[in-house]
Amino acid sequence: MKGLTAIEFPQSVSLPGENIRAHKKMLKIAKYVVYDILRNRFVLAYLVFLLVVSMSFFNMESDPAKGMMSLLNIILIVLPLVSTVFATIHLYNSYEFMELLLAQPLKRSDIFLGEYLGMATSLCIAFGIGVGVPVLLYDGSMRGFTLVVCGLLLTLAFVSLAFLAAVLSRDKARGIGLALLLWFFCTILYDGIVLMSMFAFSDYPLEKVIMGLAFLNPVDLARIAMLLQLDAAALMGYTGALFQHFFGSATGTGLSFLAMLVWIAGPLWLAVRIFRKKDI
Amino acid sequence: MTLNVKLMKNLTVLICFILCAWAATARTWVVAPGTALSSIKAAISQARPFDTVLVRAGEYREGSLTVDKPLTLRGAGWPVLDGENKYQPLGIRSNYVSVSGFRVIRCGAQSMEDMAGIKVYNARNVYIFNNDLENNYFGIYLSASKHCWVSGNRLKSIGTVEQTAGNGIHAWKCDSVSITDNQIRGHRDGIYFEFVTNSFIARNYSEANIRYGLHFMFSHSDTYEHNTFIRNGSGVAVMYSRHVTMRHNTFAANLGGAAYGILLKDIQSSYMSDNEFIENTVAVFMEGCTRSLLERNVFRQNGWALKVQASCDNNTFRNNNFFANTFDVATNNQLVLNTFDKNYWDKYEGYDINRDQIGDVPYHPVSLFAMVSDQMPYAMLFWRSFTVFLLDRAEKVIPSLSPDQLRDNTPLMKPYIALLQ
Repeated sequence: MKGLTAIEFPQSVSLPGENIRAHKKMLKIAKYVVYDILRNRFVLAYLVFLLVVSMSFFNMESDPAKGMMSLLNIILIVLPLVSTVFATIHLYNSYEFMELLLAQPLKRSDIFLGEYLGMATSLCIAFGIGVGVPVLLYDGSMRGFTLVVCGLLLTLAFVSLAFLAAVLSRDKARGIGLALLLWFFCTILYDGIVLMSMFAFSDYPLEKVIMGLAFLNPVDLARIAMLLQLDAAALMGYTGALFQHFFGSATGTGLSFLAMLVWIAGPLWLAVRIFRKKDI
Repeated sequence: MTLNVKLMKNLTVLICFILCAWAATARTWVVAPGTALSSIKAAISQARPFDTVLVRAGEYREGSLTVDKPLTLRGAGWPVLDGENKYQPLGIRSNYVSVSGFRVIRCGAQSMEDMAGIKVYNARNVYIFNNDLENNYFGIYLSASKHCWVSGNRLKSIGTVEQTAGNGIHAWKCDSVSITDNQIRGHRDGIYFEFVTNSFIARNYSEANIRYGLHFMFSHSDTYEHNTFIRNGSGVAVMYSRHVTMRHNTFAANLGGAAYGILLKDIQSSYMSDNEFIENTVAVFMEGCTRSLLERNVFRQNGWALKVQASCDNNTFRNNNFFANTFDVATNNQLVLNTFDKNYWDKYEGYDINRDQIGDVPYHPVSLFAMVSDQMPYAMLFWRSFTVFLLDRAEKVIPSLSPDQLRDNTPLMKPYIALLQ
């Protein structure tokens, strides 16, 4: 944490325009978190990994649609994993830094949100360059745009889930374990459970139930948004058209986006609440 | 020998001379509004067989016109034949009639008789070319005719439901007709064939029709090639026919629960090659088809490239190319009586050690999820989920639900088109 002592915070806290100052403080903390993370080689490695993977997918496949399909798997599996694990570890590692900040006249929520903002920004930058640039270069269409937006939203949602996991337990191992469990649940377990229950209740009309269940998992939301772009033809078949009509409509898109925002803001809000009252 | 050649030459000259002399007796009747001859009906009744009726620009509301003798009807400056939503603008009841350069509009609709913009009854050698047909019930209707030629016409209609719209080009009980270079949109079926044999359909563009772009029933030994069928309600249907040849056609964007790039039902001994299928819900749906060969077709970004029902047998799929389809092949049973040979599948993950461009491991094109979504369509919402991917993988290793016999033993490592180039 070299150079951290050099941070200078304004001493007066109760002057008019405090909100603006608080906002500035949060941004300042976020800035230092970003610097700190960028000095850590991990995010750089993540960026290079994404860049290499997406470039090779697009170069290997003659059809950009095929490259997008392969890239989608990375975004649905690797991105949440990296986001959760890295964010949890980083938060645990910066406890000392946060303790230092807490000794200053700063609001706890500002410190925490500053940490979140810094973390989310650096991972989004890595994703934006690693995936966003190749996608826009090789496939600058609507589906490419959707893929990038989905990836960014998923990053935000999983960093927020990771922060929640990290504040729930003081023990690092347990916190990381919980974060991994969340990742495993969202990417694999949830779909498995829904599929199983779908088989079990296949005699009933389940279309609407299944559409509702999709909102309970951020990975599913991102996946369905991409499905509409990549498999539009197949979705038009049979009752699939129902999904196409709902998720493809303005209402459906708006609702999906809103649900995604809830997935970002919800866990973060909960984490901030816990962090405020936490005995550090 | 030389004498014979000389005789032939003289004979040819003589025949030409006779033909010219005879042609010189044919008259041209010029119909124009505001002149002595302002009615097409009058011109037709005055004309002698093989005369020409030249119709100048103007609007002609003459009820139902009938051509009952061999005539050449030519429009200059797009004269309009208006059916006023009551009449059939032009009926042809004679051999050797040609119609060109007219704008035929607003043919009446009736449930007792199928009225059409231009209808041909029981005739031979009728040529209908280069006409504009707009908002007609049926567009061009060939009934029990032979050796007719329909070419370069543009047909447009604004039908909304199947019941109130007629077909664009409709042929019933015909033989040796040729339908080429027409553009058809907004009719019930773009082109409709029933009991039509030995016919040729080429270079037509059939778009946004309510039901099918092309509808084929009980029509044997026909060929259609270089046509485009795009955004039609249900794509193209070819049913109950034998010896049909389909080449170099494009089937695109036929989307919907019952939409097929092409629906093949009870087709025998037919041949389909070099067609392109792009973004259809189901590119090719086959039911009860036998002894047909599908080769060198290209399937791109379709929901299902092939749906081959278990009622099909002895069909061969060879050198086809599959790119970025959601599902390559689906079927409804374990029974497989068809052959898949040397196709290119972009999802193939095998290897080629001896470098003969043929994969050393067979490819199973039916995925588990294709079978599942056939039973439970709403399971489609879980496609591309990692869980489904894992299930599919497990199924690939130990096939239990998908038919093990449906496989390509010699999958190509590179697309067939690439091998040609």
